[in-house]
Amino acid sequence: MSNTESDMEYWRWTESRYTNSELSWEDADIISAGVDVGSVSTQAVVMLDGKIYCYSNMRTGSDSPDSANNAMTWALEETGLSIDKIQFVVGTGYGRVNVPFANRAITEIACHARGANFIYGPEIRTVLDMGGQDCKAIRCDHRGKVTAFLMNDKCAAGTGRGMEVFADLLQVHINDVGKMSLQVDEEPEPVSSTCVVFAKSEAVGLLRKGWLKEKVLAAYCAAMAHRVVTLLLRLGIEEKFAITGGIAKNIGVVKRIEDELKIKAPEPAIDPQLAGAIGAALFAKALVEKQCKKA
Amino acid sequence: MTALTAGIDCGSKNTKIIILKDDQILSTASVLSGFDQEESAKKALNNSLDKAGVNRVDIKYIIATGAGMDAISFANDTVTTISANARGTHFIFPSARTVIDIGAEEGRVLRIDEEGKVKDFGINEKCAAGAGAFIEAMARALEVDITTMGELSLKSTKQIPMNAQCTIFAESEVVSLIHQKTLKEDIIRAVHDAIADRNTSMVRQIGIEQEVALIGGVANNIGFIDSMKRNLGFDLLVPNEVIAPEYVSALGAALIAKDKIGG
Repeated sequence: MSNTESDMEYWRWTESRYTNSELSWEDADIISAGVDVGSVSTQAVVMLDGKIYCYSNMRTGSDSPDSANNAMTWALEETGLSIDKIQFVVGTGYGRVNVPFANRAITEIACHARGANFIYGPEIRTVLDMGGQDCKAIRCDHRGKVTAFLMNDKCAAGTGRGMEVFADLLQVHINDVGKMSLQVDEEPEPVSSTCVVFAKSEAVGLLRKGWLKEKVLAAYCAAMAHRVVTLLLRLGIEEKFAITGGIAKNIGVVKRIEDELKIKAPEPAIDPQLAGAIGAALFAKALVEKQCKKA
Repeated sequence: MTALTAGIDCGSKNTKIIILKDDQILSTASVLSGFDQEESAKKALNNSLDKAGVNRVDIKYIIATGAGMDAISFANDTVTTISANARGTHFIFPSARTVIDIGAEEGRVLRIDEEGKVKDFGINEKCAAGAGAFIEAMARALEVDITTMGELSLKSTKQIPMNAQCTIFAESEVVSLIHQKTLKEDIIRAVHDAIADRNTSMVRQIGIEQEVALIGGVANNIGFIDSMKRNLGFDLLVPNEVIAPEYVSALGAALIAKDKIGG
Protein backbone atom coordinates (compact mmCIF):
# COMPACT_ATOMS: atom_id res chain seq x y z
CA MET A 1 0.00 0.00 0.00
CA SER A 2 1.32 3.44 -0.88
CA ASN A 3 1.58 6.09 1.76
CA THR A 4 0.21 9.13 0.00
CA GLU A 5 -1.82 11.44 2.15
CA SER A 6 -5.12 10.70 0.42
CA ASP A 7 -4.59 6.99 1.00
CA MET A 8 -4.36 7.63 4.69
CA GLU A 9 -7.59 9.58 4.99
CA TYR A 10 -9.93 6.68 5.48
CA TRP A 11 -12.58 8.88 7.06
CA ARG A 12 -13.05 10.86 3.82
CA TRP A 13 -16.53 9.91 2.62
CA THR A 14 -17.51 10.61 -0.97
CA GLU A 15 -18.98 14.00 -1.84
CA SER A 16 -21.70 14.14 -4.49
CA ARG A 17 -23.91 16.40 -6.59
CA TYR A 18 -26.95 15.81 -8.81
CA THR A 19 -29.27 17.56 -11.25
CA ASN A 20 -32.66 16.26 -12.37
CA SER A 21 -32.43 16.98 -16.11
CA GLU A 22 -36.16 16.27 -16.60
CA LEU A 23 -37.04 19.44 -14.71
CA SER A 24 -36.51 22.99 -15.88
CA TRP A 25 -36.29 25.87 -13.43
CA GLU A 26 -37.65 28.31 -16.03
CA ASP A 27 -41.04 26.54 -15.86
CA ALA A 28 -41.25 26.43 -12.05
CA ASP A 29 -43.71 28.49 -10.00
CA ILE A 30 -41.82 28.17 -6.76
CA ILE A 31 -38.05 27.79 -6.49
CA SER A 32 -37.02 27.04 -2.91
CA ALA A 33 -33.81 25.82 -1.30
CA GLY A 34 -32.55 24.32 1.93
CA VAL A 35 -29.00 24.37 3.22
CA ASP A 36 -28.00 22.05 6.07
CA VAL A 37 -24.66 23.09 7.57
CA GLY A 38 -23.71 20.19 9.80
CA SER A 39 -20.61 19.80 11.91
CA VAL A 40 -19.14 17.31 9.44
CA SER A 41 -21.11 17.70 6.19
CA THR A 42 -23.06 20.42 4.37
CA GLN A 43 -25.90 19.83 1.91
CA ALA A 44 -27.71 22.24 -0.40
CA VAL A 45 -30.97 21.15 -2.03
CA VAL A 46 -32.92 23.20 -4.60
CA MET A 47 -36.56 22.32 -5.23
CA LEU A 48 -38.87 23.28 -8.05
CA ASP A 49 -42.48 23.23 -6.81
CA GLY A 50 -41.53 20.74 -4.14
CA LYS A 51 -39.55 18.39 -6.40
CA ILE A 52 -35.81 17.94 -6.05
CA TYR A 53 -34.08 19.76 -8.89
CA CYS A 54 -30.44 19.69 -7.84
CA TYR A 55 -28.34 19.11 -4.76
CA SER A 56 -24.80 18.90 -3.42
CA ASN A 57 -23.42 17.01 -0.45
CA MET A 58 -19.95 17.99 0.75
CA ARG A 59 -17.69 18.21 3.76
CA THR A 60 -18.06 21.23 6.05
CA GLY A 61 -14.97 23.41 6.06
CA SER A 62 -13.65 25.13 9.16
CA ASP A 63 -15.70 28.24 8.35
CA SER A 64 -19.50 27.93 8.26
CA PRO A 65 -20.47 30.85 5.92
CA ASP A 66 -18.09 29.50 3.29
CA SER A 67 -19.39 25.94 3.60
CA ALA A 68 -22.92 27.13 2.83
CA ASN A 69 -21.70 29.18 -0.15
CA ASN A 70 -19.58 26.36 -1.49
CA ALA A 71 -22.38 23.81 -1.23
CA MET A 72 -24.91 26.11 -2.92
CA THR A 73 -22.48 27.07 -5.69
CA TRP A 74 -21.73 23.41 -6.37
CA ALA A 75 -25.42 22.44 -6.37
CA LEU A 76 -26.22 25.15 -8.92
CA GLU A 77 -23.25 24.36 -11.14
CA GLU A 78 -24.18 24.09 -14.84
CA THR A 79 -27.90 24.53 -14.12
CA GLY A 80 -27.98 28.17 -15.25
CA LEU A 81 -29.87 28.94 -12.05
CA SER A 82 -28.48 31.57 -9.69
CA ILE A 83 -29.09 32.18 -5.98
CA ASP A 84 -31.00 35.43 -6.57
CA LYS A 85 -33.67 33.53 -8.51
CA ILE A 86 -34.39 31.26 -5.55
CA GLN A 87 -37.42 32.73 -3.81
CA PHE A 88 -36.75 31.45 -0.32
CA VAL A 89 -33.79 29.75 1.35
CA VAL A 90 -33.98 28.04 4.74
CA GLY A 91 -30.79 27.31 6.65
CA THR A 92 -30.62 24.46 9.12
CA GLY A 93 -28.11 22.37 11.06
CA TYR A 94 -25.47 23.25 13.57
CA GLY A 95 -24.23 26.17 11.41
CA ARG A 96 -27.69 27.39 10.37
CA VAL A 97 -27.26 30.95 11.67
CA ASN A 98 -24.19 31.28 9.47
CA VAL A 99 -25.86 30.79 6.09
CA PRO A 100 -25.42 34.31 4.65
CA PHE A 101 -28.05 33.97 1.91
CA ALA A 102 -30.74 32.26 4.01
CA ASN A 103 -34.05 34.04 4.58
CA ARG A 104 -34.67 32.06 7.70
CA ALA A 105 -33.16 29.44 10.02
CA ILE A 106 -35.12 26.40 11.24
CA THR A 107 -33.84 23.74 13.66
CA GLU A 108 -32.48 20.52 12.19
CA ILE A 109 -34.88 18.42 14.26
CA ALA A 110 -37.87 19.94 12.43
CA CYS A 111 -36.10 19.71 9.08
CA HIS A 112 -35.04 16.09 9.52
CA ALA A 113 -38.55 14.97 10.41
CA ARG A 114 -39.94 16.86 7.42
CA GLY A 115 -37.21 15.46 5.16
CA ALA A 116 -37.77 11.89 6.35
CA ASN A 117 -41.47 12.32 5.61
CA PHE A 118 -40.52 13.32 2.05
CA ILE A 119 -37.91 10.58 1.51
CA TYR A 120 -39.72 7.66 3.16
CA GLY A 121 -43.38 8.67 2.98
CA PRO A 122 -46.07 9.90 5.38
CA GLU A 123 -46.28 6.59 7.33
CA ILE A 124 -43.00 7.41 9.10
CA ARG A 125 -43.55 8.05 12.82
CA THR A 126 -40.05 7.64 14.23
CA VAL A 127 -36.86 9.06 12.72
CA LEU A 128 -33.36 8.32 13.90
CA ASP A 129 -30.98 10.96 12.60
CA MET A 130 -27.38 9.84 12.93
CA GLY A 131 -25.29 12.89 12.18
CA GLY A 132 -21.63 13.74 12.28
CA GLN A 133 -21.48 14.96 15.87
CA ASP A 134 -24.84 14.14 17.34
CA CYS A 135 -27.64 11.64 17.23
CA LYS A 136 -31.34 12.41 17.49
CA ALA A 137 -34.40 10.24 17.96
CA ILE A 138 -37.48 12.06 16.66
CA ARG A 139 -41.20 11.20 16.73
CA CYS A 140 -43.41 12.87 14.13
CA ASP A 141 -46.92 12.85 12.69
CA HIS A 142 -48.11 12.10 9.15
CA ARG A 143 -47.12 15.58 7.99
CA GLY A 144 -43.60 15.19 9.32
CA LYS A 145 -44.31 17.54 12.24
CA VAL A 146 -42.21 16.81 15.33
CA THR A 147 -44.13 15.50 18.36
CA ALA A 148 -41.17 14.53 20.60
CA PHE A 149 -37.41 14.05 20.44
CA LEU A 150 -34.29 13.10 22.38
CA MET A 151 -30.72 13.79 21.46
CA ASN A 152 -27.14 12.99 22.36
CA ASP A 153 -24.81 15.79 21.45
CA LYS A 154 -22.47 15.45 24.39
CA CYS A 155 -20.47 12.46 23.33
CA ALA A 156 -19.02 10.99 20.12
CA ALA A 157 -20.37 7.49 20.82
CA GLY A 158 -23.09 6.77 18.27
CA THR A 159 -22.10 9.55 15.87
CA GLY A 160 -20.43 9.73 12.47
CA ARG A 161 -17.34 11.26 14.08
CA GLY A 162 -16.92 8.10 16.17
CA MET A 163 -17.16 5.99 13.02
CA GLU A 164 -14.53 8.15 11.31
CA VAL A 165 -12.15 7.55 14.20
CA PHE A 166 -12.65 3.81 13.78
CA ALA A 167 -12.22 3.88 10.01
CA ASP A 168 -8.89 5.65 10.54
CA LEU A 169 -7.79 3.27 13.26
CA LEU A 170 -8.50 0.16 11.19
CA GLN A 171 -7.43 1.77 7.92
CA VAL A 172 -10.68 0.84 6.23
CA HIS A 173 -12.38 3.38 4.00
CA ILE A 174 -15.49 4.71 5.73
CA ASN A 175 -17.66 3.79 2.73
CA ASP A 176 -16.64 0.12 3.18
CA VAL A 177 -17.01 -0.15 6.97
CA GLY A 178 -20.62 -1.34 6.95
CA LYS A 179 -20.20 -3.99 4.29
CA MET A 180 -16.99 -5.31 5.83
CA SER A 181 -18.56 -5.51 9.29
CA LEU A 182 -21.11 -7.98 7.92
CA GLN A 183 -18.42 -10.32 6.62
CA VAL A 184 -18.24 -12.33 9.84
CA ASP A 185 -19.36 -15.93 10.35
CA GLU A 186 -20.64 -15.21 13.79
CA GLU A 187 -21.62 -11.95 15.44
CA PRO A 188 -18.97 -11.06 18.08
CA GLU A 189 -19.71 -9.46 21.46
CA PRO A 190 -20.10 -5.70 21.01
CA VAL A 191 -17.18 -3.52 22.14
CA SER A 192 -17.95 -2.91 25.81
CA SER A 193 -16.83 0.71 26.14
CA THR A 194 -19.25 3.51 25.45
CA CYS A 195 -16.54 6.16 25.14
CA VAL A 196 -14.92 6.24 21.69
CA VAL A 197 -11.49 6.82 23.25
CA PHE A 198 -11.83 3.66 25.34
CA ALA A 199 -13.44 1.72 22.48
CA LYS A 200 -10.37 2.57 20.44
CA SER A 201 -8.02 1.05 23.03
CA GLU A 202 -10.33 -1.93 23.30
CA ALA A 203 -10.18 -2.42 19.51
CA VAL A 204 -6.39 -2.23 19.53
CA GLY A 205 -6.42 -4.99 22.16
CA LEU A 206 -8.72 -7.14 20.04
CA LEU A 207 -6.49 -6.70 16.96
CA ARG A 208 -3.48 -7.75 19.05
CA LYS A 209 -5.42 -10.82 20.11
CA GLY A 210 -5.59 -11.71 16.43
CA TRP A 211 -9.13 -10.59 15.58
CA LEU A 212 -9.66 -9.75 11.91
CA LYS A 213 -10.63 -6.19 10.99
CA GLU A 214 -14.06 -7.46 9.91
CA LYS A 215 -14.72 -8.86 13.38
CA VAL A 216 -13.51 -5.71 15.16
CA LEU A 217 -15.73 -3.58 12.89
CA ALA A 218 -18.65 -5.90 13.61
CA ALA A 219 -18.06 -5.45 17.35
CA TYR A 220 -17.94 -1.67 16.98
CA CYS A 221 -20.97 -1.38 14.66
CA ALA A 222 -22.93 -3.51 17.13
CA ALA A 223 -21.88 -1.27 20.04
CA MET A 224 -22.88 1.84 18.11
CA ALA A 225 -26.22 0.28 17.16
CA HIS A 226 -26.87 -0.62 20.78
CA ARG A 227 -26.01 2.87 21.92
CA VAL A 228 -28.57 4.53 19.62
CA VAL A 229 -31.19 1.85 20.26
CA THR A 230 -31.17 2.83 23.96
CA LEU A 231 -31.87 6.43 22.89
CA LEU A 232 -34.76 5.21 20.69
CA LEU A 233 -36.21 3.04 23.42
CA ARG A 234 -36.15 5.93 25.87
CA LEU A 235 -38.18 7.99 23.42
CA GLY A 236 -40.44 5.08 22.45
CA ILE A 237 -40.75 3.80 18.90
CA GLU A 238 -43.83 3.94 16.77
CA GLU A 239 -43.66 2.34 13.32
CA LYS A 240 -42.79 3.02 10.62
CA PHE A 241 -39.25 3.76 11.55
CA ALA A 242 -36.59 5.35 9.33
CA ILE A 243 -32.95 6.38 9.63
CA THR A 244 -31.45 9.57 8.21
CA GLY A 245 -27.98 11.14 8.27
CA GLY A 246 -24.64 9.81 7.09
CA ILE A 247 -24.70 6.64 9.20
CA ALA A 248 -27.95 5.62 7.45
CA LYS A 249 -25.63 4.66 4.59
CA ASN A 250 -23.66 2.28 6.81
CA ILE A 251 -25.38 -1.07 6.30
CA GLY A 252 -23.43 -2.61 9.19
CA VAL A 253 -24.96 -0.22 11.72
CA VAL A 254 -28.40 -0.08 10.09
CA LYS A 255 -28.77 -3.87 9.98
CA ARG A 256 -27.76 -4.21 13.62
CA ILE A 257 -30.22 -1.51 14.69
CA GLU A 258 -32.96 -3.35 12.77
CA ASP A 259 -32.00 -6.67 14.35
CA GLU A 260 -31.97 -5.24 17.87
CA LEU A 261 -35.32 -3.47 17.39
CA LYS A 262 -36.77 -6.30 15.27
CA ILE A 263 -38.07 -3.58 12.97
CA LYS A 264 -37.07 -3.05 9.34
CA ALA A 265 -36.15 0.45 8.22
CA PRO A 266 -37.12 1.17 4.61
CA GLU A 267 -34.33 1.60 2.09
CA PRO A 268 -34.00 5.20 0.96
CA ALA A 269 -34.51 6.08 -2.70
CA ILE A 270 -32.71 9.39 -2.07
CA ASP A 271 -29.42 9.94 -0.21
CA PRO A 272 -30.54 9.94 3.47
CA GLN A 273 -27.82 12.45 4.32
CA LEU A 274 -29.95 15.03 2.46
CA ALA A 275 -32.96 14.74 4.80
CA GLY A 276 -32.21 17.96 6.70
CA ALA A 277 -31.68 20.07 3.56
CA ILE A 278 -34.75 18.55 1.88
CA GLY A 279 -36.85 19.39 4.93
CA ALA A 280 -35.45 22.93 4.89
CA ALA A 281 -36.27 23.35 1.18
CA LEU A 282 -39.84 22.12 1.82
CA PHE A 283 -40.24 24.62 4.67
CA ALA A 284 -38.91 27.30 2.32
CA LYS A 285 -41.55 26.36 -0.26
CA ALA A 286 -44.30 26.53 2.35
CA LEU A 287 -43.07 29.96 3.44
CA VAL A 288 -43.20 31.26 -0.15
CA GLU A 289 -46.79 29.98 -0.44
CA LYS A 290 -47.68 31.75 2.80
CA GLN A 291 -46.16 35.02 1.51
CA CYS A 292 -48.12 34.69 -1.75
CA LYS A 293 -51.39 34.16 0.14
CA LYS A 294 -50.77 37.28 2.21
CA ALA A 295 -50.02 39.28 -0.92
CA MET B 1 15.19 -8.87 59.52
CA THR B 2 11.62 -7.75 59.51
CA ALA B 3 9.34 -8.94 56.77
CA LEU B 4 9.05 -7.09 53.50
CA THR B 5 5.78 -6.49 51.65
CA ALA B 6 4.91 -5.20 48.20
CA GLY B 7 1.96 -3.43 46.64
CA ILE B 8 1.37 -3.52 42.88
CA ASP B 9 -1.03 -1.12 41.22
CA CYS B 10 -1.96 -2.42 37.76
CA GLY B 11 -3.29 0.72 36.15
CA SER B 12 -4.71 0.95 32.65
CA LYS B 13 -1.60 2.80 31.51
CA ASN B 14 1.21 2.11 34.02
CA THR B 15 1.98 -0.64 36.51
CA LYS B 16 3.47 0.74 39.71
CA ILE B 17 5.09 -1.16 42.55
CA ILE B 18 6.35 -0.28 46.02
CA ILE B 19 8.43 -2.47 48.35
CA LEU B 20 8.02 -1.72 52.02
CA LYS B 21 10.08 -2.66 55.04
CA ASP B 22 7.59 -2.02 57.83
CA ASP B 23 6.53 1.55 57.18
CA GLN B 24 9.57 2.43 55.17
CA ILE B 25 9.69 2.60 51.41
CA LEU B 26 12.65 0.58 50.13
CA SER B 27 12.05 1.10 46.43
CA THR B 28 9.53 1.99 43.74
CA ALA B 29 9.25 1.10 40.06
CA SER B 30 6.89 1.85 37.22
CA VAL B 31 6.53 0.20 33.80
CA LEU B 32 4.00 0.53 30.99
CA SER B 33 1.11 -1.89 31.53
CA GLY B 34 0.92 -2.91 27.86
CA PHE B 35 -1.24 -5.86 26.94
CA ASP B 36 0.20 -8.51 29.25
CA GLN B 37 -0.50 -7.27 32.76
CA GLU B 38 1.25 -10.13 34.51
CA GLU B 39 4.39 -9.74 32.40
CA SER B 40 4.50 -6.01 33.17
CA ALA B 41 3.95 -6.64 36.87
CA LYS B 42 6.84 -9.14 36.89
CA LYS B 43 9.05 -6.61 35.18
CA ALA B 44 8.10 -3.93 37.69
CA LEU B 45 8.73 -6.35 40.56
CA ASN B 46 12.19 -7.28 39.28
CA ASN B 47 13.09 -3.62 38.82
CA SER B 48 12.05 -2.77 42.34
CA LEU B 49 13.87 -5.81 43.82
CA ASP B 50 17.07 -4.72 42.07
CA LYS B 51 16.69 -1.16 43.30
CA ALA B 52 16.06 -2.29 46.88
CA GLY B 53 18.84 -4.88 46.71
CA VAL B 54 16.61 -7.61 48.09
CA ASN B 55 15.50 -11.03 46.83
CA ARG B 56 12.07 -12.20 45.77
CA VAL B 57 11.93 -14.66 48.70
CA ASP B 58 12.34 -11.79 51.16
CA ILE B 59 8.95 -10.40 50.14
CA LYS B 60 6.48 -12.08 52.44
CA TYR B 61 3.23 -10.73 51.09
CA ILE B 62 2.21 -9.09 47.81
CA ILE B 63 -1.09 -7.33 47.23
CA ALA B 64 -2.27 -6.28 43.78
CA THR B 65 -4.76 -3.53 43.06
CA GLY B 66 -5.98 -1.54 40.05
CA ALA B 67 -7.79 -2.41 36.82
CA GLY B 68 -5.58 -5.40 35.96
CA MET B 69 -5.15 -6.83 39.47
CA ASP B 70 -6.85 -10.16 38.71
CA ALA B 71 -4.21 -11.01 36.10
CA ILE B 72 -1.39 -11.11 38.67
CA SER B 73 -1.14 -14.76 39.64
CA PHE B 74 1.89 -14.29 41.92
CA ALA B 75 0.07 -11.83 44.19
CA ASN B 76 -1.09 -13.23 47.54
CA ASP B 77 -4.21 -11.14 47.51
CA THR B 78 -6.00 -8.22 45.87
CA VAL B 79 -7.71 -5.10 47.22
CA THR B 80 -9.87 -2.56 45.39
CA THR B 81 -8.32 0.68 44.23
CA ILE B 82 -10.66 2.54 46.58
CA SER B 83 -9.30 0.69 49.65
CA ALA B 84 -5.71 1.07 48.48
CA ASN B 85 -6.22 4.78 47.83
CA ALA B 86 -7.74 5.31 51.25
CA ARG B 87 -4.92 3.49 53.05
CA GLY B 88 -2.16 5.14 51.04
CA THR B 89 -3.55 8.65 51.35
CA HIS B 90 -4.25 8.34 55.05
CA PHE B 91 -0.65 7.22 55.59
CA ILE B 92 0.77 10.29 53.81
CA PHE B 93 -1.86 12.83 54.85
CA PRO B 94 -3.65 11.78 58.07
CA SER B 95 -5.67 15.00 57.86
CA ALA B 96 -7.18 14.18 54.45
CA ARG B 97 -10.94 13.54 54.49
CA THR B 98 -11.58 13.64 50.75
CA VAL B 99 -9.37 11.96 48.14
CA ILE B 100 -9.50 12.72 44.43
CA ASP B 101 -7.66 10.13 42.32
CA ILE B 102 -7.27 10.85 38.63
CA GLY B 103 -5.67 8.11 36.60
CA ALA B 104 -5.20 7.51 32.89
CA GLU B 105 -8.70 6.18 32.24
CA GLU B 106 -10.64 6.67 35.45
CA GLY B 107 -11.45 9.36 37.96
CA ARG B 108 -12.39 8.49 41.52
CA VAL B 109 -13.35 10.42 44.58
CA LEU B 110 -13.59 9.03 48.11
CA ARG B 111 -14.47 10.33 51.53
CA ILE B 112 -12.49 8.88 54.40
CA ASP B 113 -12.73 9.24 58.17
CA GLU B 114 -10.01 10.08 60.69
CA GLU B 115 -8.88 6.44 60.69
CA GLY B 116 -8.66 6.29 56.90
CA LYS B 117 -11.80 4.20 56.52
CA VAL B 118 -13.86 4.72 53.37
CA LYS B 119 -17.20 6.43 54.00
CA ASP B 120 -18.36 6.96 50.43
CA PHE B 121 -16.96 6.99 46.91
CA GLY B 122 -17.76 7.68 43.26
CA ILE B 123 -16.09 6.56 40.04
CA ASN B 124 -16.13 7.74 36.44
CA GLU B 125 -14.94 4.91 34.23
CA LYS B 126 -17.37 5.34 31.36
CA CYS B 127 -15.87 8.32 29.61
CA ALA B 128 -12.35 9.57 28.88
CA ALA B 129 -13.24 13.21 29.56
CA GLY B 130 -12.07 13.91 33.10
CA ALA B 131 -9.23 11.36 33.00
CA GLY B 132 -5.58 11.47 31.98
CA ALA B 133 -6.47 10.14 28.52
CA PHE B 134 -8.20 13.47 27.88
CA ILE B 135 -5.04 15.51 28.55
CA GLU B 136 -3.00 13.03 26.50
CA ALA B 137 -5.30 13.38 23.50
CA MET B 138 -5.13 17.18 23.74
CA ALA B 139 -1.33 17.12 24.03
CA ARG B 140 -1.27 15.10 20.81
CA ALA B 141 -3.61 17.53 19.06
CA LEU B 142 -1.46 20.46 20.21
CA GLU B 143 1.80 18.64 19.44
CA VAL B 144 3.06 19.44 22.92
CA ASP B 145 5.03 17.08 25.15
CA ILE B 146 2.61 16.02 27.88
CA THR B 147 5.16 16.66 30.65
CA THR B 148 5.34 20.34 29.68
CA MET B 149 1.55 20.88 29.67
CA GLY B 150 1.45 21.95 33.32
CA GLU B 151 4.12 24.62 33.10
CA LEU B 152 2.81 25.98 29.81
CA SER B 153 -0.70 26.44 31.13
CA LEU B 154 0.57 28.46 34.08
CA LYS B 155 1.83 31.04 31.57
CA SER B 156 -1.69 31.61 30.31
CA THR B 157 -3.27 34.96 31.08
CA LYS B 158 -6.61 34.33 29.45
CA GLN B 159 -9.53 32.14 30.33
CA ILE B 160 -11.30 30.64 27.32
CA PRO B 161 -14.14 28.15 27.62
CA MET B 162 -14.05 24.65 26.12
CA ASN B 163 -17.52 23.70 24.94
CA ALA B 164 -16.97 20.03 24.26
CA GLN B 165 -17.16 17.47 27.04
CA CYS B 166 -16.32 14.49 24.86
CA THR B 167 -12.60 13.90 24.24
CA ILE B 168 -13.20 13.26 20.53
CA PHE B 169 -15.15 16.51 20.12
CA ALA B 170 -12.65 18.42 22.27
CA GLU B 171 -9.89 17.33 19.88
CA SER B 172 -11.75 19.04 17.02
CA GLU B 173 -12.33 22.08 19.22
CA VAL B 174 -8.63 22.32 20.02
CA VAL B 175 -7.81 22.12 16.31
CA SER B 176 -10.30 24.97 15.63
CA LEU B 177 -8.72 27.03 18.41
CA ILE B 178 -5.28 26.48 16.88
CA HIS B 179 -6.64 27.67 13.51
CA GLN B 180 -8.09 30.75 15.19
CA LYS B 181 -4.54 31.48 16.35
CA THR B 182 -5.40 31.09 20.02
CA LEU B 183 -2.22 30.89 22.11
CA LYS B 184 -1.17 27.36 23.03
CA GLU B 185 -0.88 28.35 26.71
CA ASP B 186 -4.47 29.54 26.75
CA ILE B 187 -5.72 26.38 25.03
CA ILE B 188 -3.83 24.20 27.50
CA ARG B 189 -5.27 26.11 30.42
CA ALA B 190 -8.74 25.62 28.91
CA VAL B 191 -8.02 21.87 28.67
CA HIS B 192 -7.04 21.75 32.36
CA ASP B 193 -10.05 23.86 33.35
CA ALA B 194 -12.35 21.50 31.44
CA ILE B 195 -11.08 18.35 33.13
CA ALA B 196 -11.05 20.12 36.50
CA ASP B 197 -14.70 21.04 35.91
CA ARG B 198 -15.65 17.44 35.20
CA ASN B 199 -13.91 16.21 38.30
CA THR B 200 -15.21 18.96 40.55
CA SER B 201 -18.78 18.03 39.67
CA MET B 202 -18.01 14.41 40.55
CA VAL B 203 -16.49 15.53 43.87
CA ARG B 204 -19.50 17.70 44.68
CA GLN B 205 -21.82 14.72 44.13
CA ILE B 206 -20.03 12.82 46.88
CA GLY B 207 -19.60 15.90 49.05
CA ILE B 208 -16.43 17.66 50.09
CA GLU B 209 -14.85 17.58 53.50
CA GLN B 210 -11.49 19.27 53.95
CA GLU B 211 -8.70 18.60 53.74
CA VAL B 212 -8.70 17.32 50.17
CA ALA B 213 -5.88 15.24 48.70
CA LEU B 214 -5.21 14.94 44.97
CA ILE B 215 -3.50 11.72 43.84
CA GLY B 216 -2.98 9.68 40.66
CA GLY B 217 -0.76 10.34 37.66
CA VAL B 218 -2.61 13.49 36.62
CA ALA B 219 -1.64 15.08 39.99
CA ASN B 220 1.87 15.48 38.52
CA ASN B 221 0.47 18.19 36.28
CA ILE B 222 0.90 21.54 38.07
CA GLY B 223 -1.37 23.28 35.58
CA PHE B 224 -4.18 20.88 36.39
CA ILE B 225 -3.57 21.27 40.14
CA ASP B 226 -3.89 25.03 39.66
CA SER B 227 -7.18 24.66 37.75
CA MET B 228 -8.50 22.27 40.37
CA LYS B 229 -7.62 24.67 43.22
CA ARG B 230 -9.28 27.57 41.43
CA ASN B 231 -12.34 25.46 40.76
CA LEU B 232 -12.69 24.23 44.33
CA GLY B 233 -11.67 27.51 45.92
CA PHE B 234 -9.18 26.06 48.40
CA ASP B 235 -5.75 24.47 48.60
CA LEU B 236 -5.07 20.79 47.96
CA LEU B 237 -2.73 18.24 49.48
CA VAL B 238 -0.59 16.76 46.73
CA PRO B 239 1.98 14.10 47.59
CA ASN B 240 5.51 14.65 46.36
CA GLU B 241 7.85 14.45 49.34
CA VAL B 242 7.10 10.94 50.54
CA ILE B 243 6.22 9.65 47.13
CA ALA B 244 4.99 10.74 43.67
CA PRO B 245 1.19 10.97 43.40
CA GLU B 246 0.80 7.98 41.04
CA TYR B 247 2.29 5.63 43.68
CA VAL B 248 -0.27 6.24 46.43
CA SER B 249 -2.42 3.27 45.46
CA ALA B 250 0.58 0.88 45.34
CA LEU B 251 1.68 2.25 48.71
CA GLY B 252 -1.78 1.58 50.11
CA ALA B 253 -1.70 -2.01 48.81
CA ALA B 254 1.76 -2.57 50.36
CA LEU B 255 0.57 -1.15 53.70
CA ILE B 256 -2.49 -3.42 53.66
CA ALA B 257 -0.10 -6.34 52.95
CA LYS B 258 1.91 -5.30 56.00
CA ASP B 259 -1.27 -5.26 58.12
CA LYS B 260 -2.08 -8.78 56.89
CA ILE B 261 1.14 -10.31 58.10
CA GLY B 262 0.83 -8.36 61.32
CA GLY B 263 4.02 -6.36 60.73
